[in-house]
Amino acid sequence: MLLNIRNLHVSIEGKEIIKGLDLSVNNGEVHAIMGPNGTGKSTLAAVVAGKEGYEITEGEILYKGKDITDLSPEERACEGIFLGFQYPVEIPGVSITNFMRTAINEQREYKGLKSLTASEFLAKMEDKKKLVEIQSKLTNRSVNSGFSGGEKKKNEIFQMALLEPTMAILDETDSGLDIDALRIVANGINKLRTEENATIVITHYQRLLDYIIPDFVHVLFEGKIVKSGGKNLALELEEKGYEWIKEEVERMS
Amino acid sequence: MAKDKDKIIDKVTGDDYKYGFYTDIETETIPPGLNEDIIRLISKKKNEPEFLLEFRLKAYRHFLKLQEPKWAHLKYPPVNLQDIIYYAAPKKQKEFDSLDEVDPELLDTFNKLGISLEEQKQLSGVAVDAIVDSVSVKTTFQDTLSKHGIIFCSFSEAVQNHPDLIKKYMAKVVPYTDNYYAALNSAVFTDGSFCYIPKGVRCPIELSTYFRINAAKTGQFERTLIIADEGSYVSYLEGCTAPQRDENQLHAAIVEIIVMNDAEVKYSTVQNWYPGNKKGKGGIYNFVTKRALCKGKNSKVSWTQVETGSAVTWKYPACVLKGDNSVGEFYSVAVTNNYQQADTGTKMIHIGKNTKSTIISKGISAGKSNNSYRGLVKVAKKAENSRNYSQCDSLLLGDKCGAHTFPHINTNNKSSIVEHEATTSKISEEQLFYCNQRGISTESAIGLIVNGYAKEVLNKLPMEFAVEAQKLLQITLEGSVG
Ligand SMILES: Nc1ncnc2c1ncn2[C@@H]1O[C@H](COP(=O)(O)OP(=O)(O)OP(=O)(O)O)[C@@H](O)[C@H]1O
Ligand SMILES: [Mg+2]
Repeated sequence: MLLNIRNLHVSIEGKEIIKGLDLSVNNGEVHAIMGPNGTGKSTLAAVVAGKEGYEITEGEILYKGKDITDLSPEERACEGIFLGFQYPVEIPGVSITNFMRTAINEQREYKGLKSLTASEFLAKMEDKKKLVEIQSKLTNRSVNSGFSGGEKKKNEIFQMALLEPTMAILDETDSGLDIDALRIVANGINKLRTEENATIVITHYQRLLDYIIPDFVHVLFEGKIVKSGGKNLALELEEKGYEWIKEEVERMS
Repeated sequence: MAKDKDKIIDKVTGDDYKYGFYTDIETETIPPGLNEDIIRLISKKKNEPEFLLEFRLKAYRHFLKLQEPKWAHLKYPPVNLQDIIYYAAPKKQKEFDSLDEVDPELLDTFNKLGISLEEQKQLSGVAVDAIVDSVSVKTTFQDTLSKHGIIFCSFSEAVQNHPDLIKKYMAKVVPYTDNYYAALNSAVFTDGSFCYIPKGVRCPIELSTYFRINAAKTGQFERTLIIADEGSYVSYLEGCTAPQRDENQLHAAIVEIIVMNDAEVKYSTVQNWYPGNKKGKGGIYNFVTKRALCKGKNSKVSWTQVETGSAVTWKYPACVLKGDNSVGEFYSVAVTNNYQQADTGTKMIHIGKNTKSTIISKGISAGKSNNSYRGLVKVAKKAENSRNYSQCDSLLLGDKCGAHTFPHINTNNKSSIVEHEATTSKISEEQLFYCNQRGISTESAIGLIVNGYAKEVLNKLPMEFAVEAQKLLQITLEGSVG
């Protein structure tokens, strides 16, 4: 099992946001997580990536069989965890090229590999640019600075392509994309799929799942996964909304 | 959450000075103290002509009437001028034909700094006038330079070999009456650099001086004079780092630049003197008067500085734009960390018509440091159609440091345009997490962001200097996050 989250409880500033969440992801799988606004989807992603300020009060996060809760965010990244941000942050003055070269080389150093030379890196970048049809003028610009919403999301997938993570968590990568961009990004994600890696896509729209066929769909509601199913669950949610899920949860408790 | 970030920033910025070491070179010194006899002794030891001794004594008598200025945003204990040794020279004081003859300890020191003379000589084609304490030890590339008629030597040598030029140009831009530190320097200066570029000559190599403060309790009073004659060009590099020491050391230098018609001087500095330890103990006090006179028409001067060192920095490289169409530029990155204090900026004095000036100042404060920009843009009555653009940015790392901006604008001409912009920003937790999530350590992330922020200024430096400066910015803010 690649990722195994058991009975996870997470609080922010004393307020519990994740309330006993279980999730298992195997190599080669794609999972979709859906759920109403403010139920803890981004919180879950941030906790797995190791963001500070979140207190794990109970439970564990096992990645490749090991508890990662004591690892720093950069160590987790080097171990292959990638987070596609819902709101990518701007870093003025730092070009994407420079940023990604630093990232790749720090990850290589962690793994005991030699740094890529400038030309090796540029060749790799050219290759991956094609994958998400990203323009050269974008990679020369500062990270996310003045990017449109869609450009930011494309840039996240471009970075994922360069870093080749084992466990990618994509937080609403589809929102803000136009129809063509959605297809391009989804195709990019599909091309990056292997037997070894796994992807969690967090989304509000079943539309994305027409392109990226998930093995499992989960509903996250009030800090817990309350329902899991196949691709059809997404269709059902699209049709009926979340009201019936709420009722189901209430009936159960 | 904020606390955790502070911890990281504290760690990253709480590092000790990387260049702290001390070279044991035998030095010849005179007793500490400041009086007319000492000044006469300095002048005699340096075998100076009568006019120079007269100048020193006049400066000293004027100095006695002055009070130490207190207007800067700086706090430091008073310096006892009587405790200072005003003259120290390496004992093995003679000219060298090759590096083999140079004290190996000294070469080792340069090697530690990554600026070995050998490397400089072989790889970068930079002529080096290395100053250890107050006397020049090694000057290279004289042959190439003399072919072009360029004079580049220590100030003392210039006094011996070109007294006419010294007499004609010295103290014409910064008179000894200029300020407290300038008067002090004029009285007791021991050495520095001298550079003369003849008419129409483009200096084929970057001229570079590495300064080091070395002997204990030796105040450093350097004097640099650069003259660019009509239609000439020179790029001049000044860089320095000092060994770690527990005592405050006063440094009061003067740099004068004179630029004639159609000539251009680029003056770049990377300053990395001992800033004191993490608790704010020790470090260099750096009170410098740097001024360029754009005397001729279409003349141009640019000051580029990367200031990372010293406990206290008081420094305002200025341009006096006297010639019509002359251009003055000031590009500065000033980093303060721990308990460092910097009060730095520039003065642009527009006197000629159609004169233009640009000021780009980037302050970076970390730890408990204070970083102030102080600038003056003055447009005289006759400076028609003059223009100034100023941009002063401050970047804060953590919340215990301070950034201050004191821009003064004084325009007396209606056809002139003066523009000023200022911003203050912080490195956010979100930015650091974004970098971390891609595998970049917090330390590298700060390096990336800081270098990105300072890029506009670093780009103005000559290539080999820019690389060194980039490293220096990172080192200054580094502390390896575990
Ligand atoms: N730093 C924070 N401080 C306080 N509350 C927070 C913080 N971050 C998240 N929350 C709260 O935690 C809850 C879950 O937020 P989260 O961002 O995980 O929701 P989400 O499921 O991703 O929602 P959306 O679909 O709108 O993106 C929300 O109520 C949110 O306000
Ligand atoms: Mg969210």
